[in-house]
Amino acid sequence: MIDIGEVLLNLWEGSGFSYIFSNIGTVGWQNLVMIVIACVLLYLGIGKQFEPLLMCGIAFGCLLTNLPLGGLYHDDLWQAFMDPANEMYHSYGAIMREGGLLDIFYIGVKTSLYPCLIFMGVGAMTDFGPLLSNPKSLLLGAAAQLGVFAAFFGAVALNLISPEIGFTGPEAASIGIIGGADGPTAIFLTTKLAPHLLGAIAVAAYSYMALIPLIQPPIMNLMSTPEQRKIKMVQTRKVSKAEKIIFPILVTAFVALLLPDTAALIGCLMLGNLFKETGLTDRLSDTVQNALMNIVTILLSTSVGATMVGTNFLTVQTLSIVVLGVVAFGLSTAGGMLGGVVMCKLTGGKVNPLIGSAGVSAVPMAARVSNTVGQKNNPSNFLLMHAMGPNVAGVIGSAIAAGFLLSVFG
Amino acid sequence: MTYLASQNTADLVDITLPNAGIVAVLGYAVVFVGLIALMIVVILLGKAFSAAEKKGEAPEAAPAPAAAPAPVAAPVVSDAAPGTAGQLKLYDTPPKTAAMIMAIVAEKMGKPLNELRFISIKEVK
Repeated sequence: MIDIGEVLLNLWEGSGFSYIFSNIGTVGWQNLVMIVIACVLLYLGIGKQFEPLLMCGIAFGCLLTNLPLGGLYHDDLWQAFMDPANEMYHSYGAIMREGGLLDIFYIGVKTSLYPCLIFMGVGAMTDFGPLLSNPKSLLLGAAAQLGVFAAFFGAVALNLISPEIGFTGPEAASIGIIGGADGPTAIFLTTKLAPHLLGAIAVAAYSYMALIPLIQPPIMNLMSTPEQRKIKMVQTRKVSKAEKIIFPILVTAFVALLLPDTAALIGCLMLGNLFKETGLTDRLSDTVQNALMNIVTILLSTSVGATMVGTNFLTVQTLSIVVLGVVAFGLSTAGGMLGGVVMCKLTGGKVNPLIGSAGVSAVPMAARVSNTVGQKNNPSNFLLMHAMGPNVAGVIGSAIAAGFLLSVFG
Repeated sequence: MTYLASQNTADLVDITLPNAGIVAVLGYAVVFVGLIALMIVVILLGKAFSAAEKKGEAPEAAPAPAAAPAPVAAPVVSDAAPGTAGQLKLYDTPPKTAAMIMAIVAEKMGKPLNELRFISIKEVK
């Protein structure tokens, strides 16, 4: 006769509940805290609508990875993967053989496949027309990368206070790129330079992107006068279809020759854009914008969330990343605004400096914020199309910044 | 870059503050140089296309040099839209489109339509 008591005891001992409570002093409490954090992130994504398409997946990935004994994601396996002394070093075969579902999803992050495919979708959704009609907006896209390098410097400077809250060069570079306000670029760079910080950096980057309408306006108002904010900009020239087709080819060749490390990101961004602009590849453009983008978003967000294991996430460094992330966003906005103010003065008041803040990428949210703040000062002012130029320039600018950091620390 | 290239990997991992400052300034400069160079390329591209466009237009215009330039069509102004106390003027805008625009504006502003005053609606060409 079967011993029901023993069966029930085995069931209990094999359960996650038993694991958490029998290890409550070591990793059990971390699991519980991380489950609470996952629920908070789910609330932010669903209740507060902070980038819900990504936040839901990240939060759920975090929840799954912190439910013990599920075996969906193995942080130790990835540490062995990165350890040159280990026999599993750079062995995707070992990951496929011994990994769980989220480990297999994560291969796409590790190989940079997902960020590049996301960039292809972004490219197919982006109209570079405003940038082509006003090429000077590229300068604003460059100015708005100030936060990337200031936050990088700040992250290294924290070592002066205490090495516990400070960061190494590659870690600081990964944190700085949060200021680029570009999720795929941040994930691309962090995966290569500081994969153990990926969860915290991805959550910080996407949370702050959702908070752009709250972070940017005070800085924009502080750095410009009411008269400057009221400036109406003249309509720019019409861009021909041929120009729009040549542009992605030209940018890919130019940027990839300048910084070969950015070839994957810029190449995918511009290939997606080429699909859109040719007018002959509508099916491909539609696929990368919708089906492919949606599939990759699911895989990317859940696997990034899965990296949020307690031992990596519940550290003082995570708090530093949260603080440095908002500093990076703020300084990038300030850099863009500074560029806008300079451009306004140099052109004799023809440029509204508010479009400078859109240089932080975060397409199209940052451009919308420029338009909204402009309309608050002058309801008949429509800055959206003018702000789209710096906005898409910011995407290229942050990719160049990432390429530079990768070439130095990679 | 030469300075950084001479640093070994350990130096860059445990980077000192002065080196971090150099990397930060250099990185910001590289972004500017890259985008300025791209800007120049885009400006040249735009000029080339504008020149080609003008060339294409010139032979078409040549056969009729004596023809007087066509007068610019004046915008069609309809009578004041009904129900607006004679205030709303529509320029090249059909009443249905105007109604749609007013509804969108009211929705965006979160105010009822009867509390808003529209003076004119003009199609921007």
